[in-house]
Amino acid sequence: MNARQGFIGQSVVRREDTRFLTGVGQYTDDITLPQQSHGVFLRSPHAHARITSLDTTAAAAAPGVLGIFTGEHFKDIGGLPCGWLINNIDGSPMKEPKHPVLAFGKVRYVGDRVALIVAETLEQAKAARDLIEVGYDVLPAVIDIGNITGTGAAVHDEAPDNRCYQWQIGDKDGTDAAFTNAAHVTTLTFRNNRLAPNAIEPRAANASWNASDDSYTLYVANQNPHVERLLMCAFVLGIPEHKMRVVAPDVGGGFGSKIFLYGEETAMVWASKQVRRPIKWVAERSEAFLSDAHGRDHLTTAELALDSQGTFLGFRVNTTANMGAYLSTFASAVPTILYATLLAGQYKTPKISCTVTSVFTNTSPVDAYRGAGRPEATYTVERIVETAAHELGIDPAELRRRNFVTTFPYATPVGLTYDTGDYDATMRRAIELADVAGFPARKAASEAKGMKRGLGYSAYIEACGIAPSAVAGALGARAGLFEAGEVRVHPTGKVTVFTGSHSHGQGHETTFAQVVADKLGIPMEDITIEHGDTGKVLFGMGTYGSRSLAVGGTAIVKALDKVIAKGKKIAAHLLEAADSDIEFEGGVFKVAGTDKSVPFASVSLTAYVPHNFPHDKLEPGLNENAFYDPSNFTYPAGSYICEVEVDPATGVTRIERFTACDDFGNVINPMVVEGQVHGGLAQGIGQALLEHCVYDTESGQLLTGSYMDYAMPRADDMPHFTVETVKGTPCTHNPLGVKGCGEAGAIGSPPAVINAICNAIGVKNLAMPATPHTVWQAMHAAH
Amino acid sequence: MQAFAFHNPASVADAVKAAGTEDAKLIAGGQTLLQTMKLGLIAPSALVDIGAIAELKGVCVSDGQVVIGAGTTHAAVAASDDVKKHIPALAELAGNIGDRQVRNRGTIGGSLANNDPAACYPAAVLALGATIKTDRRTLSAEDFFTGLYSTALAEDEIITSVSFPVPQKAGWQKFKQPASRFSIVGVFVAKFASGVRVAVTGAGASGVFRAAELEARLSANYTAAALAGATVSADALNSDLHGSAAYRAALIPVLAGRALG
Repeated sequence: MNARQGFIGQSVVRREDTRFLTGVGQYTDDITLPQQSHGVFLRSPHAHARITSLDTTAAAAAPGVLGIFTGEHFKDIGGLPCGWLINNIDGSPMKEPKHPVLAFGKVRYVGDRVALIVAETLEQAKAARDLIEVGYDVLPAVIDIGNITGTGAAVHDEAPDNRCYQWQIGDKDGTDAAFTNAAHVTTLTFRNNRLAPNAIEPRAANASWNASDDSYTLYVANQNPHVERLLMCAFVLGIPEHKMRVVAPDVGGGFGSKIFLYGEETAMVWASKQVRRPIKWVAERSEAFLSDAHGRDHLTTAELALDSQGTFLGFRVNTTANMGAYLSTFASAVPTILYATLLAGQYKTPKISCTVTSVFTNTSPVDAYRGAGRPEATYTVERIVETAAHELGIDPAELRRRNFVTTFPYATPVGLTYDTGDYDATMRRAIELADVAGFPARKAASEAKGMKRGLGYSAYIEACGIAPSAVAGALGARAGLFEAGEVRVHPTGKVTVFTGSHSHGQGHETTFAQVVADKLGIPMEDITIEHGDTGKVLFGMGTYGSRSLAVGGTAIVKALDKVIAKGKKIAAHLLEAADSDIEFEGGVFKVAGTDKSVPFASVSLTAYVPHNFPHDKLEPGLNENAFYDPSNFTYPAGSYICEVEVDPATGVTRIERFTACDDFGNVINPMVVEGQVHGGLAQGIGQALLEHCVYDTESGQLLTGSYMDYAMPRADDMPHFTVETVKGTPCTHNPLGVKGCGEAGAIGSPPAVINAICNAIGVKNLAMPATPHTVWQAMHAAH
Repeated sequence: MQAFAFHNPASVADAVKAAGTEDAKLIAGGQTLLQTMKLGLIAPSALVDIGAIAELKGVCVSDGQVVIGAGTTHAAVAASDDVKKHIPALAELAGNIGDRQVRNRGTIGGSLANNDPAACYPAAVLALGATIKTDRRTLSAEDFFTGLYSTALAEDEIITSVSFPVPQKAGWQKFKQPASRFSIVGVFVAKFASGVRVAVTGAGASGVFRAAELEARLSANYTAAALAGATVSADALNSDLHGSAAYRAALIPVLAGRALG
């Protein structure tokens, strides 16, 4: 590829895939240190119980055992922190019961960590685990968020009613008033089903202590190693931050579940100094089901008030959100800041209010999972809009169009300001691509063979590019949400870029290199993207919330601008011209209007061999870094259309067509974007049709604790996707004009699927996942 | 997994001898047993591997019956020209068990001896009225299956072959559980001169069973229309996360109708 044609907008093949596909990636489990030992965790078999005795004597004496650690060791050490403070309606802070590194006194969910067993071999650690004797006094458990006080039990003494907080956003009185004048009110109550994240690589860690300088190194499957280090050092273990290196090497998917600081790696870091050996732990899949932070799990009632023309007057939402047994790192923000602020959707509803009650239950902690709050918001908005359309007899696309936001910037009633968008454009294009005009004929053909056919829409919006730190801080964030980047130009003109954005499937090593190659006019082969190591990268807030390119990419662009600015000064010196006369294009510094030029690599060489160099004005070297804090969120949006055929005899739903039309602003690599949309759609359709974490409501046992019962989507569950990214509306406030694409598919698709099935079988409401059994039951209940 | 002794006898007679020792387990394809051992649910002191015994392998046609060696893998049954020619529905059933890896390891004898209530083979064996030959006797399908994971086999008894009468027509419908892809309901229908037999797997609270009302209707009139209005009682059926007894009951006549082809 000719560099002069530019790299931005090209479907460059992902460079990292060669190592992943040929088995030479370096995941945490691939890293074995000298004197490696192995750790396993003893986990609670009960959802809620007092620990009455804990005898490790026999286990400690078992062959190969190096150490056994329990809650007793950590009782005076801080709990795992929650990164976002949410206040109650009365202004009082949320309940923040201690989230212990290892359970002490009580266990609060099946899978809660009771002990860490360290031994020479994995088998020895497991054998010793079986010798630990724990006495439990089993207590009634709180499982169902629809019934948090029914058993009389309190997950935490600090929250006797099991409420973490009750929070509100929007003009409640004004919204209530809007309902009094409404010509029509549509009401729906539904759950947003609980999901297990299921990254292909389970969580893993390898923690070691270095006796020579009393420092620690932690290899961990994680999405944000600097945040992991900060939280673990500053808030839990008290290790000086400069004495700790966290490396997140190749990571096989995260979907949010590897953002968080977990007790496992925290206990291992502390224990590594006690046993003076590196400790490795890799979660087994059954352990992952029990102990990874789950996603979603909301119970919502939503009411939409409309006038006789279908204009939205008011939207009132009441949501109960499950926090699980403890507050995970970002748990409190997911059903509030990342959910309720998106309830305007793509519409200019004038009055919106939302009350969120977050509750503790005796289940695994719940936190951000691909989309994190925004899928729940989109489901709430798009289910109610579609239902209202059917109730009023207005075409669902038309009802949306009547209410679309059309002028920008637009300040919503729930705290966000959309910078740009064209919702009608994506809707029109999606309708074309989905051949909605041909739907009646296809429906007739289905009916002729005894099948039901339905069409469903979803017009989503999300807030990505998380986040303006000052705004986030005002909303309760206890961290900044900027990103850092460093561009290190080597003497020969080769470039290493260090980014705080972590790549665990997103393709940064390719797309970020495209940005750098485009800016510097050098081949991609001359560029390496480094990430995931606090020992190399200056700082980083990590990868989540579709923020990497919009925030991390911008930090790199700002560092590149500094490199180019310095390069121009060096070139001006070499070319004996004024700084202001130097232009940089296609990898060459030129004196404007002349044929005098010097290539990038000569400038970089001069920077490091500064014999002929403007020492009076510049320092040698060519290495720049930048921090970027965005001024607003970005707002990707799109229209999705799902068409299903349902077999009334069995309840089986087949997705016949799925059309996704997205506006991501500018696109760096269309192929990578399409891949991200495909993956998101698979997860969203998985949520709609297949996936569900189910706990027994009495015992609190996880009934879907393996792939025998938890239905992960497989290739043959998926339809052919029609995916198009429109030449959309570039983000107005970052230099690349990008918005982010990683979560869109998972956010936009579930309501499209459920709307389509409801349309096919003629029901108003349908639970997710819409399994054949669920659909069959809905049809039988309806008739 | 705990340490265990491993025997790989060359003959059925030697295998029976080895299986008689205390706490030994027979292993054929190991598709259930190994998982159970890995999960620590059982820890036998010895495994007797019958997977390499030549006399247990292969398919032949003899006296109008398709005879399948107990050690024949699902993949081999699915690919067998004899099976495809005489009982194509059986080849189809074998070709849709589990995934490719399972089909290349799992065996018909292992599947029947395990008698998982959602396994595929029991439906074919019962619907086709197959006979199960062991190292010491011959059992009818009706006598062989005795309940969930339970058969008439003695601890050290080894299935050597399964003989399937060739039907006039047969069909198989598997309605898969979305996660495991075992049967929520699987229905095998076989039409003989003497009448129609319908066997159901996945649904019964005590394992595979025959659906008498469906058999009577189809024996009188072998068309899907004959099943209109047919019902199956939900009383003895399973309810679980993936389907209520009522749902399973409703699926059985639907799948039986579709199994007619």
